[in-house]
Amino acid sequence: MSRTTGCAHARLYASRSTRTPRWNSTMTGNRRPPFPVSRESLSLPRRHFVQGLAFAGLAGGSGLLRLPAHATNTGAAQVLAGTAFDLAIGASEVNVTGRPRSAITVNGSLPAPILRWREGDTVTLRVSNRLPDAPTSIHWHGILLPANMDGVPGMSFDGIAPGESWLYRFTLKQSGTYWYHSHSMFQEQAGLYGAIIVDPLQPPPFRYDREHVLLLSDWTDLDGVALYRRLKKSPSYDNHYKRTAGDFLRDAREDGLRPTLADRGMWGRMRMTPSDISDVNGHTYTYLLNGLPPAGNWTGLFRPGEKVLLRLINAGAMTHFDVRIPGLKMTVVAADGQYVHPVTVDELRIATAETFDVIVEPSGQDAYTIFAQDMGRTGHARGTLAMRHGLTAPVPANDPRPLLTMEDMAHGDHAGHGGGAAMEGGCGAAMKHGAEGGCGAAMHGGGKSPEAHSGHGNVDAVVHPPGEDGNPLVDMQSSPTGPRLDDPGIGLRGNGRRVLTYADLRSLFDDPDGRDPGREVQLHLTGHMEKFAWSFDGIPFASAEPLRLNYGERMRIVLVNDTMMQHPIHLHGLWSDLEDADGAFQVRKHTIDMPPGTRRSYRVRADALGRWAYHCHLLYHMEAGMMREVRVEERA
Amino acid sequence: MNRTIPVLAAALLLSCMPALAQAQAGCTPEHAAMGHCTLPKPAPAPVSASACPPEHAAMGHCTPAPAKPAAAVAADPACPPEHAAMGHCTPRGGEAQAPREPIPVPTDADRAAAFPPLHAGHAHGGGIHSLVHFNRFEAWDADPGTGQSWEGRAWFGGDVRRLWLRSEGERAAGSTHAADLEVLYGHATGPWWDVVAGVRHDFNPGPSRTWAAIGVQGLAPYKFEVSATAYVSDGGHTAFNAEVEYELLFTNRLILQPQLEAKLHGRDDPRRGIGSGLSSMEAGLRLRYEVTRRFAPYLGVTRERSFGGTADHRRARGEPVDDTRWVAGVRWWF
Repeated sequence: MSRTTGCAHARLYASRSTRTPRWNSTMTGNRRPPFPVSRESLSLPRRHFVQGLAFAGLAGGSGLLRLPAHATNTGAAQVLAGTAFDLAIGASEVNVTGRPRSAITVNGSLPAPILRWREGDTVTLRVSNRLPDAPTSIHWHGILLPANMDGVPGMSFDGIAPGESWLYRFTLKQSGTYWYHSHSMFQEQAGLYGAIIVDPLQPPPFRYDREHVLLLSDWTDLDGVALYRRLKKSPSYDNHYKRTAGDFLRDAREDGLRPTLADRGMWGRMRMTPSDISDVNGHTYTYLLNGLPPAGNWTGLFRPGEKVLLRLINAGAMTHFDVRIPGLKMTVVAADGQYVHPVTVDELRIATAETFDVIVEPSGQDAYTIFAQDMGRTGHARGTLAMRHGLTAPVPANDPRPLLTMEDMAHGDHAGHGGGAAMEGGCGAAMKHGAEGGCGAAMHGGGKSPEAHSGHGNVDAVVHPPGEDGNPLVDMQSSPTGPRLDDPGIGLRGNGRRVLTYADLRSLFDDPDGRDPGREVQLHLTGHMEKFAWSFDGIPFASAEPLRLNYGERMRIVLVNDTMMQHPIHLHGLWSDLEDADGAFQVRKHTIDMPPGTRRSYRVRADALGRWAYHCHLLYHMEAGMMREVRVEERA
Repeated sequence: MNRTIPVLAAALLLSCMPALAQAQAGCTPEHAAMGHCTLPKPAPAPVSASACPPEHAAMGHCTPAPAKPAAAVAADPACPPEHAAMGHCTPRGGEAQAPREPIPVPTDADRAAAFPPLHAGHAHGGGIHSLVHFNRFEAWDADPGTGQSWEGRAWFGGDVRRLWLRSEGERAAGSTHAADLEVLYGHATGPWWDVVAGVRHDFNPGPSRTWAAIGVQGLAPYKFEVSATAYVSDGGHTAFNAEVEYELLFTNRLILQPQLEAKLHGRDDPRRGIGSGLSSMEAGLRLRYEVTRRFAPYLGVTRERSFGGTADHRRARGEPVDDTRWVAGVRWWF
């Protein structure tokens, strides 16, 4: 296990790497003087933990070098621009919650520096590994490049051993907002992530006067390995919102006893919990905006009347964020780096690994709060758009915590119908070994759901792969009838705000390939909540064969979510062209979010040879097996 | 005994009530007509993949899609559609359409970059995990005397195959008068059940004894934790233990754990004070407070009753047949 970032080791390389300050040759951002880091509070008040420290950031361990994080509460980020870059991956001491911890950083910065490239340029990046004992890697998320530049150890290259470096070199065939992160073990959780901006050759189809990167992430003082072990021992560790006897009495009083018993019976037979919104939440995480916790109040400046482009990036390991700026409308102009027809919203959900470019026009107030609560409403990241530093605006309370409904679980329209005529049918979503549960109108074993039908080729009945049947790693199957693109999602429905949905996202361009898919591959997202096991089709990565694509072909992937969790699915190297409910090209993305109870389809143009990673971008789901290799080969 | 068991039974029965009141209805047309549910809508007719009206195209905003024939993929006998759909192969066949953006013709350099020689596969977090869990770790003060007992289990391994250790025991008046350890191989047979098989060793009471063990354990519907194990000893004795546990949340930290355990034996074993048939049942109620997830002190009450020959042995030795105890302990895991 020497590849892991054990705590003892982390401290070691914290002091070592900070003594090697030789990487600022291409740095164009301002270097700022060191700032104080509170160290006195060894006992950790909960408020510190959730809100973080006001002056959280990097603390130079040795005193020789005290590189500030880009988030110095001034709005100035460390930006590296050009075509040649030296990036040094090392460990740095950070203090987010009141306890000094070791983070994995690029050039001593958390988040890693913003990389500013230009479409058409060929960039070279020398990435050196200054960690003493762990191999590392950088993956350029959403960037089209040769497979050996993709940065996935064991697929694209061998990784970067300690003391060694790797020369990345590729030509940019696209523009927009992207990001980069480690693809080695849990290093992404430890801070190895940063923004990429690729400036377009042609002017963008919108105007703006100023821009800010808003990079969201989730920080934990726990080592990633320890958190993963904890998830395997106790997957619901962070779920402090299970329904209680008191909730039962309240629901029975409000909704009646029979519907309440029916509801509890349904969940009980499934052995599941409707408050399982995310596996890791604010009880473990402090949410960061540009590396700063809420108390740090990252601030971006504006002048009244300016159009401000905000480049939103979700670099979290396990978090969906719901972002809004009370008092401002956001006009979404790009998703995953690609232009979309502008759509104006109050709020948007950004899945892990997604990016959105939005334009806001602040005027009339001195300051606006950027508010990004996690999907489970257990915490938030926060910053401010202000006319000058030091201003703040009111910070909203977190929304009420949502509960999953039977509809979310693709139990269709049975939800809220519990008190009606009983015993008429099954529960729609088939529980494994349905006979045990009495919820046995099961669709497993290849049967066709009467609910799942459509005239279109990409939405015919749900047929579960035979490998799911009786599989110890598959605790649930569902029969979602459609993509539910116009559903704002759990916790966002009917909240009185205009919330972005996938149905709003339409590429500004037509299907760049234009061909109909020549074939269709259906993959089911599967898992077991109690074992914290995740997979495609019930087969974890370690025992799965690659999904093989013919070079040049146009094919369709249909994803069916057979779990109660939300999975952002990322395909490396190739675009994921999301289809609308009728199977037509709708929007080009690199990460497709899959809420529970959905089946969504997208077109893939296999125009890049090689072995590509394909996985859930929730870091611990990927680690637990929800990953495949997609291999694009030439026809023999 | 006479009071606790009915209370427990009522509690368990109550928990099962939802099964009786299951009210899941499919959406029949009659129901839909009454607004009780919504029938799935028939899908609208497929529209053209291109959303490029002529006005837009004329302004250069988009490029209209060429009229496309339906995907005509020649059948490939080596790769039937079922296989292709599972990603096992890719069918060959003429592609009727040409892509708008041409597919680049790969060069040898492209091929080399696409499939570099690698020395290792993609590393993952490792499949071996573990849990050590002391479900009961408690002391009591009752008639007669004081004592301590424990019940714990541990697993090591992956998601499907695990090595299980289970142990239970009791000390009173400074000496261990019952203790056993089971070492079992467990294999998940489905999402909720493991079959376990291995050995159990009794250190006390009486001379030590080794049993072969086979059983099942898992999570029953409604989240009852269940285990049932059958034993055969080296001397030809047989035994059967079954246990059910449940968790009732008053809050997310204050949790009541009812537990019910039964022990049966195949034949008399006077040296250990055991008679054949149902030898004892134990019911417990433990109310814990999770200070952290890993550490939860509790208070509880347990009642154990012996039956049949076992009860006779106890009476003969002047031990109570029916024993109620107040217990205090901690539940912890790592």
